[in-house]
Amino acid sequence: MSMRSLGALLLTVFVGSVAAGEGPGLGIEADPREVAAWDIDIAADGTGLPPGSGTATDGAAVYARHCLACHGAWGSGGLNDALVGGQGTLDGPAPLRTVGSFWPFAATLFDYVRRAMPYLEPRSLSNDEVYALTAYLLFLNGIIAEKQTMDARTLAKVRMPNRDNFIPAYPAAQLERIQPEAPE
Amino acid sequence: MPGRSPEALKLAAGNGLLHRRLFMKRGAAALGAGSLGLLTALPSRAAPSWMRAPGRPMTGYGARSSHEDAVQRLTASVPGTDGCGISLTPLQSLEGTITPSSLHFERHHSGVPEIDPDAHRLLVHGLVKRPLFFDMASLSRYPMVSRILFLECSGNSSQAGLEPEPVTDTCGALHGLVSCSEWTGVPLSVVLDEAGVDPAAHWILAEGADAAAMTRSIPLAKAMDDALLALYQNGERLRPENGYPVRLFLPGYEGNMSVKWLRRIKLTARPSMTREETARYTDLLPDGRSLMFTFPMQVKSVITSPSPGLALAGPGLYQISGMAWSGLGRIARVEVSADGGATWAEAALSEPVLSKSMTRFRAAWRWNGAPAVIMSRAIDDSGAVQPTRAAIIAEKGMNFLYHYNGIQAWRVGGDGQVTNVYA
Repeated sequence: MSMRSLGALLLTVFVGSVAAGEGPGLGIEADPREVAAWDIDIAADGTGLPPGSGTATDGAAVYARHCLACHGAWGSGGLNDALVGGQGTLDGPAPLRTVGSFWPFAATLFDYVRRAMPYLEPRSLSNDEVYALTAYLLFLNGIIAEKQTMDARTLAKVRMPNRDNFIPAYPAAQLERIQPEAPE
Repeated sequence: MPGRSPEALKLAAGNGLLHRRLFMKRGAAALGAGSLGLLTALPSRAAPSWMRAPGRPMTGYGARSSHEDAVQRLTASVPGTDGCGISLTPLQSLEGTITPSSLHFERHHSGVPEIDPDAHRLLVHGLVKRPLFFDMASLSRYPMVSRILFLECSGNSSQAGLEPEPVTDTCGALHGLVSCSEWTGVPLSVVLDEAGVDPAAHWILAEGADAAAMTRSIPLAKAMDDALLALYQNGERLRPENGYPVRLFLPGYEGNMSVKWLRRIKLTARPSMTREETARYTDLLPDGRSLMFTFPMQVKSVITSPSPGLALAGPGLYQISGMAWSGLGRIARVEVSADGGATWAEAALSEPVLSKSMTRFRAAWRWNGAPAVIMSRAIDDSGAVQPTRAAIIAEKGMNFLYHYNGIQAWRVGGDGQVTNVYA
């Protein structure tokens, strides 16, 4: 095959693939700094946790101001979900699914609170306040000590009581590769 | 009665179920016009007022008849909020397969955002060669596909079958977290290909631009297979409550994953384990463990008429009408029983019967006026058969909350009133 006919063949293949479903290429290359501002999610292994820290003691005050009206004193529930308690109830007739009894990953708590709470003012809390709230809820659930500081390093290591009780129905979930180490 | 075909009126199953041929070809004529309970008499006046003066002028955007104003979504919010909750499609008031956009069910986690499409961007980043922003005008220039697809919240129907005692409410109140529309949009694979997928990527994280910034992890395989960036619903731009200006649409998967108001797609190696896929949308089993990533909605059907609130007027011939759908494929067959499941007749399926779409089924039933239990069961082309409530509970208990697809039984009382029963 001559170079010319090979070139014609390649051109045909290329044009053919365009017709088969490529777009017009109108995406605008994103500046890494702008991507960083949008990229707010925290992975289950703690990847993405920002600088900052807080303790349960700090978190109690944040909770009283922003959370108590809906979630009740000490996370006991009210207008909205209970956040504390329920450990040991999941295999009974009246399971209580809370942060302490059900949530498999502590980093998820930081991610969710920072993106969606407080309900009326999402994205209004500082990272320190979110760490403090996270520490307070983990403390109320008996998972960490009252004085233990939560930050990017310590929160990623918190092992939740219900961590090993999820069965992935989707085969490629690779659950075992997330937080594989036993707690310290 | 003239025109009645004796063959069509042959009994197909116990307690008065007639052959499905009644709804094919000459079926309607075979019934005789006045014999269907749902037909109403024409106005008796020979020259009603609306024939004595010109009607109202044209309008820029249509509205339904004021006589239909009672057909509404039923809404329910989490206490302390007015935008975190659900609205349910009034299935008992609808026919055919397409849900009017105004009656499509809703599930919002923090209300409906009012998004300026000119200010909205979709970011694709993470494990890609080039992170890219797309504006809505650009997305509209991409090749699109249109598909008629159902969307169902995975919590749908749990109140119909997972309460200790059967709850009687309208069909929509019990099963109305499912709707069906024609969705038009850009295949997600086209946009991901443009960004250049890193071989290390196996999942995507989709994030909405609502005040909950709701996120879900989705297998990359699904994203590349048939996922859509939907821009149109039933021919017009998406309704705000359905994700305007752009939503993700994952055919057959639980509704929560079709993230509305889509603003960000991040390609990742592993699922992100968001609150929505861990604390919620996981199915708690009797042993205390939970199923996670139960994505496809399983085969299901429900009789929408007769159903609670639509009482039968007296013995005679009635149309049984209902809907069947499966996240695994096409509906292959729907069977109907009028004797509590002792015998079954095959229902007529109204074409087109499409994959991961809503299928309308109908059967003719001669009600003798005695109490009866009617039910439907669907079978899809993967071979999956809609299970009984008892079989599901034996396997998964009463607390799994999501993906309940048990056979719905309605009891028709001697007075014609319809109630939910466990049978």
